This record gives sequence, structure tokens and C-alpha cells, in this order.
Amino acid sequence: MTTTDNGFTATRRLILKGAVTVALVGLGNISFGLAPVFAAANDKYPEDAFKQKSNADAIKSLYGKTAEPSDKVKLDAPEIAENGGVVPISVSSTLADVTSISILVSENPNALAASYKIPPGTIPSVANRLKMAKTSNVIAIVEAGGKLYSTTKEVKVTVGGCGG
Amino acid sequence: MASTIRVRATSSGETTEVQALIQHPMDSGFVKDAKGEIIPPHFIQQLTFEYDGKPVFTADWGGGVSKDPYVKFAFKGGKKGGDLKVSWVDNKGATDTTTAKIQ
Repeated sequence: MTTTDNGFTATRRLILKGAVTVALVGLGNISFGLAPVFAAANDKYPEDAFKQKSNADAIKSLYGKTAEPSDKVKLDAPEIAENGGVVPISVSSTLADVTSISILVSENPNALAASYKIPPGTIPSVANRLKMAKTSNVIAIVEAGGKLYSTTKEVKVTVGGCGG
Repeated sequence: MASTIRVRATSSGETTEVQALIQHPMDSGFVKDAKGEIIPPHFIQQLTFEYDGKPVFTADWGGGVSKDPYVKFAFKGGKKGGDLKVSWVDNKGATDTTTAKIQ
């Protein structure tokens, strides 16, 4: 009797687990199918932007416009990264009304590495650690007042972060 | 299970500085294992921070973010003892959430 009960409970759990997994996979597919136009403006994960190979395509997919160079975007990155797997990079800006900050690594298989949404009241400054396949330009994009501004810096990598 | 998220939020009165470290493989899908087989992509796609029911920071990540990712930012406001909710979702649909007290 007890064993039957246990067996039944286990089966029910498995079924529930399965249902949750299916629901999650389903959600993933829906967001995948959505058009990425102005993805940075809403809360959706900009899946397509992260799949683009070049800087230009990733920026276009993410924002739908191009960036102009600006000295008001500050990009802190090492001149030489000994380990391409962990490159500390930080971006900040003195521009007003910053709504997002994105970081791209030109020579990576997918250029876009990270994109941060900055709601009002959050300081336009972010630090993180990125992977770099090889020596490459790192591009910081700041979206402020609906316009895009960028700064580029080359980081030399002695050991790549993307394996063989 | 212990949380994958370690977060420290410190208030200086005017702003709250947040540092988060998450345990995650962040496999990009471009790396091969010892047998020469591609390790399938497995990375956090979205990481959100909420204070007082409102998002204060959202990170959208690709496979180019380092393993066991780290991020630091700051926001205005945030009281000592207030709750900062942190959650992530990865490309396989896995999630984790934690709540940290602002110090």
C-alpha cells in the first residue's frame, strides 16, 4: 500500500516537472520568434542581436540606428589581457538621460557580449568581465536621449578565451 | 540547494552600490571539449535587479560573458535594510532568485 502511494507520488512529481519544463521551453520559443526591432526599448531578451556576427549588424539589430564616437563615453579595459577568458571591462558616461549601455567585442564569433538597461535613477556606469577570443577592438555603446554614442579601444589578448 | 547568486549591496546614503557574482558555466557554444565535441551553449540571458518592486538594472547577456559572471553598478536611493531582489534566467530556461538586504 505504502509503495503504491510512493510510486504514485513520484509519477505525479515527474509529470509536474515535465509540464514545467515544457512551459519553459515554450516561453523560450515564443521570445525567440518575436521581431527584435527596438529590443533595447522593452524587457525582451534581444536574442537576434546576440546572434549577429559583426558589430554593425548587432548594433542595428539591437537599436535600429548607428552610433557616433563620443568622448563622453568612458571605456576602461586593460591594454593587454593575459587571459582572454576573463577580461575586466567597465563603461561609464557623463551623458544625461542614459537608458542603456552595451559592450561589443569585434573579433568574437558573436560581437555583442552584454547589454544593460539603465532605468532613471540608476548611475550610467557598469563593470563586468567578458571573454575575448583574440586581440580585438572593444566597443562601448551608450544610448542617451534616444541617440547612440560610442568609444572604441583595442585590447591585446595573449591567450584566447574561446578555446582551441 | 545553495543559491548560485552572491550579491552585496551597500548604501552610502545617496546611492546604493551593488556587486553580484553568479555561479554559471556561461558556455558560449563555440568551445570544444577534450574529445573535440562542441560544448553546447549554456549561458545566462537575462539578469534583473529589483528594488521596491521596480527594476533598477537589467543585464542582457550573450555567450561572450565570462564564466561565473560578475557585475557591478549603482543606483540612487535604496535604504539600509531594504530588499534587493536578484534573478536570472538562462538559455535553457533555468532560473534562480535571491533577495539581499542592503547594508
